[in-house]
Amino acid sequence: MSLAFDDYGRPYIILRDQGQKKRMKGLEAYKSNILAAKAIANTLQSSLGPKGMDKMLVSPDGDVSVTNDGATIVEKMEIQHPTAKLLVELSQSQDAEIGDGTTGVVVLAGKLLEQALTLLDKGIHPLKISDGFDRACDVAIKHLEQIAEEIDIQANDHEALIQAACTALGSKVVSKRKRELGKIAVTAVLDVADLTRKDVNLDLIKIQTKTGGSVEDTRLISGILIDKDMSHPQMQKEVTDAKICLLTCPFEPPKPKTKHNINISNAEDYNKLYQQEQQYFIDMVKLVKNSGANIALCQWGFDDEANHLLLQNNLPAVRWVSGTDVELIAMATGARIIPRFQEITPEKLGKAGSIKEVQFGTSNERMLVIENCQCTKAVTILIRGGSQMIVDEAKRSIHDAICVIRNLIKDNRIVYGGGSAELACALQVLQYADEVSSVEQYAVRSFADALEGIPSCLADNCGLNPITSVAQAKSRQLSEKNPRIGIDCMDLGTTDMKEQRIYETLSSKKQQIQLATQVVKMILKIDDVIAPDDY
Amino acid sequence: MDIVGNVLPQVLKDEATEDKGEMARLQSFVGAIAVADLVKTTLGPKGMDKILKPTGPGQEMTHITVTNDGATILKSMYVENPAAKILIEISKTQDEEVGDGTTTVAVLAGELLREGEKLIQKRIHPQHVIAGWRIARDVALKRLRDISTENDINSQEFHDDLVKIARTTLSSKLITSDRNYFADLCVKAVLRLKGSSNLDYIQIIKLPGGTIRDSYLDDGFILKKQITIGCKRRIENAKILVANTAMDYDKIKIYGTKVKVNSMDKVAEIEAAEKEKMKHKVDKILKYQPTVFVNRQLIYNYPEQLLADSGITVIEHADFEGMERVAAATGAEILSTFDAPERSQQVLGHCDLIEEIMIGEEKMIKFTGCKKNEACTIVLRGASTHILDEVDRSIHDALCVLITTVKNKRVVWGGGNSEMQMAAACEEEAKKVQGKQAFAIEAFARALRQIPTIICDNGGYDSAELIQNFKVELQKGNNTCGLNMTDGTIGNMSELGVKECLRVKEQALMAASEAAELIMRVDNIVKCAPRKRERA
Repeated sequence: MSLAFDDYGRPYIILRDQGQKKRMKGLEAYKSNILAAKAIANTLQSSLGPKGMDKMLVSPDGDVSVTNDGATIVEKMEIQHPTAKLLVELSQSQDAEIGDGTTGVVVLAGKLLEQALTLLDKGIHPLKISDGFDRACDVAIKHLEQIAEEIDIQANDHEALIQAACTALGSKVVSKRKRELGKIAVTAVLDVADLTRKDVNLDLIKIQTKTGGSVEDTRLISGILIDKDMSHPQMQKEVTDAKICLLTCPFEPPKPKTKHNINISNAEDYNKLYQQEQQYFIDMVKLVKNSGANIALCQWGFDDEANHLLLQNNLPAVRWVSGTDVELIAMATGARIIPRFQEITPEKLGKAGSIKEVQFGTSNERMLVIENCQCTKAVTILIRGGSQMIVDEAKRSIHDAICVIRNLIKDNRIVYGGGSAELACALQVLQYADEVSSVEQYAVRSFADALEGIPSCLADNCGLNPITSVAQAKSRQLSEKNPRIGIDCMDLGTTDMKEQRIYETLSSKKQQIQLATQVVKMILKIDDVIAPDDY
Repeated sequence: MDIVGNVLPQVLKDEATEDKGEMARLQSFVGAIAVADLVKTTLGPKGMDKILKPTGPGQEMTHITVTNDGATILKSMYVENPAAKILIEISKTQDEEVGDGTTTVAVLAGELLREGEKLIQKRIHPQHVIAGWRIARDVALKRLRDISTENDINSQEFHDDLVKIARTTLSSKLITSDRNYFADLCVKAVLRLKGSSNLDYIQIIKLPGGTIRDSYLDDGFILKKQITIGCKRRIENAKILVANTAMDYDKIKIYGTKVKVNSMDKVAEIEAAEKEKMKHKVDKILKYQPTVFVNRQLIYNYPEQLLADSGITVIEHADFEGMERVAAATGAEILSTFDAPERSQQVLGHCDLIEEIMIGEEKMIKFTGCKKNEACTIVLRGASTHILDEVDRSIHDALCVLITTVKNKRVVWGGGNSEMQMAAACEEEAKKVQGKQAFAIEAFARALRQIPTIICDNGGYDSAELIQNFKVELQKGNNTCGLNMTDGTIGNMSELGVKECLRVKEQALMAASEAAELIMRVDNIVKCAPRKRERA
């Protein structure tokens, strides 16, 4: 650490505990930051594209997960380097905003940083680089919007949506069944989508996992699946035309929150209190029964006596339903959540076509299926698979697919995948570079090179020669004026991504380029890192 | 070091490791194959058992387990290797889903990866291997389904099939010498369930003493409890009231209640009231006119005496499962309140005879001639608890398979027949496929063929010769041939009566290939720094 000295050679202490801190300045800081960030990007690079590989992550407690999802990988890697953490957040914000393309965004940022490193070596000031990147980014985004196409999501039985979902699922371990899973995802989203408002409430899609069977057995249940069974083993297992009473109060004597004591001082009181208690249970069950409900779902537990009274009154009930499930059921069945027994009225009951208990495997686990709900259609995707790891990965993949479909419903503009959109932007940026008269020109050109990094990375992962295939695609894009030429990852014999029907949403691509540029700019602005020495 | 010569900054936490490419793959293969090799000696009728010894302080040597069950072995192993963990996971899932084939699934996944490793050494990209495996799996699955047969659920053939399946499952276990006896026993138990798949209704009671042969299926239903002293030991035509209610003292559940008195008289009064309340409850129970009263919770002397005085036999402290079984067997409703005696007919359970019996040294209560005959009991006898535990696991496996078969109904021939058929299907397919995937399809066939090979090896037979003969037999169109493990020859499975449940094979194939694919796709293993544990 550099120090300032006074006339007598004693150091000025500027920072607290200065001796124990490490400081990096100037070029050294830039390079260290860039290298750290690049290390993350390099790890993710091999996961990109349909032939990308997976990562196996072992948590601090020894749990294993295998995934292809960029956001999950970087999250579980437990990165400690501060700059590298920026990339983690980058991937996560893409996940939060778009839900897909989390790997791509990190890889792009890595490529940009790689370019920045060479520019720094040339002696170009970091701010100039970041300025140039910024301008290039604008050009790329504009061009993306130009080449984007609107697609009719309704046409041909929502074929376009299924294709987009397939593109998202193509890189995952479940890709063998991408068509089936894609269809499930599309049906699920369309079931809950509000097409007039172009809005999809993803809360209405519940993804439930259960190990056993295989990925093929994954299915869509047009209703809600809750991981609970009837409170009494002898209650009826199936209710048709269910009128649901949704309670958030326990079937127990009330427990006032005020601290109090009921003192019993004589036998009479004792008996009275006993009568009172018995009455509570009878009243509770009566109130539910009188409202016309034929099933009670409760967020809390039941007393044994109340439980039996429910059975005796032929009123199936479920206890300990989780809070989120209660809300979901309320939304789907139109039931009002009732916090007090006194407030039960027939209008507050929810309606569903049927509720039944289903069983899985040999381990005697049961779940409840609520189908044909009266209000909005809530759906559940039940994911099956041979092991916990597969099921978890399938869940993440389906989540990605669902996000893509939602984005398409919101904004039906697409660009073509397979690296074609990036290549087209790169060409446009390159053209623009010649018009820039200042130093930024180099940065703009480098931006184009970084964009080309994506298709070359795709080609690399597919076992193609990255340089030849990118060069071929580039020249064909130019000569045929066709921005849809990309990398033929699946070896289908055509490089026109429209024919291969590789759809990606415009919003996702735009977001990727913008976010990556922003983070790179941020990293380029750091010229001084002060950290504790043992870091 | 970076190519430029810069020192790479540390990105991950201390102690965290990252293995890439070949290193990562090697790690996965080694781990997965090691696990598969570990359990593969238990495969087949001549497979050996393993002793599992617990580690750590406090546990005694006597807690050892002797078992042949793949899932039990794998579950109790502590492994560090992530790929090995995946194999253990699929074995567990197999256990939960179908109950048997837990060894097969781990071995198959291991063999697939062993073949995969060879392909990778030949410089074939993992994605190509996976593509080939996917084709092979579909082909194998199709063949498996094609060769399966289905019989009507009520026919004698189906019943015979069940016995054969149970026998096949049990043949690899400790009780192989008595498998006919136990197969029969299991089938009878499962058929009593009448299509329901609730294994809870089959109770297994383990009692050390006697020999394995002395085990039996009781027609009635046995509760491992005693009849309270002073009650009749034998009740004919019993009317049973099953309850889950407090019979010690009924505390008032209203929150914050406290008894506070200031004189001895008052205490006496309260006590009297309490007694009165209990008496009231007993009176209410009596109104139902039961002859037997079974309660989940304990019963204090006072109510017990009241009930006994009225000539009611009292059984207290039946646990939750026991109570549910009693309820299921006798058709009783589990009561917690007693205010509707008019429903008496509806809620009381019936059985012809309740009596106290002695099995070995222990007294139990036996219910015969129950109204609903769903629940039943298997009484296991054996020389030691280790044997009993293992018999219990074997019976559990057999019951699970039988239940699965009752649900799915389709069966295939055993003795390695299905694996060889699938392998043959894959090899035929490999001839038609263009590209490198064909190697992977052939590899898949080899992995499938490893299962019968291992079974042969475990039996001490010349596997190379047997398997080749097996292939030839199949090629001749003899679709029911399989390994005869008593003689070490190729025999006719329909004559030997070796059948297996389709669902078990299907699940094993799917789970194993899914897991192998999952492991194959990994090119990078990141291990986070282990969480620091505070040592006390």
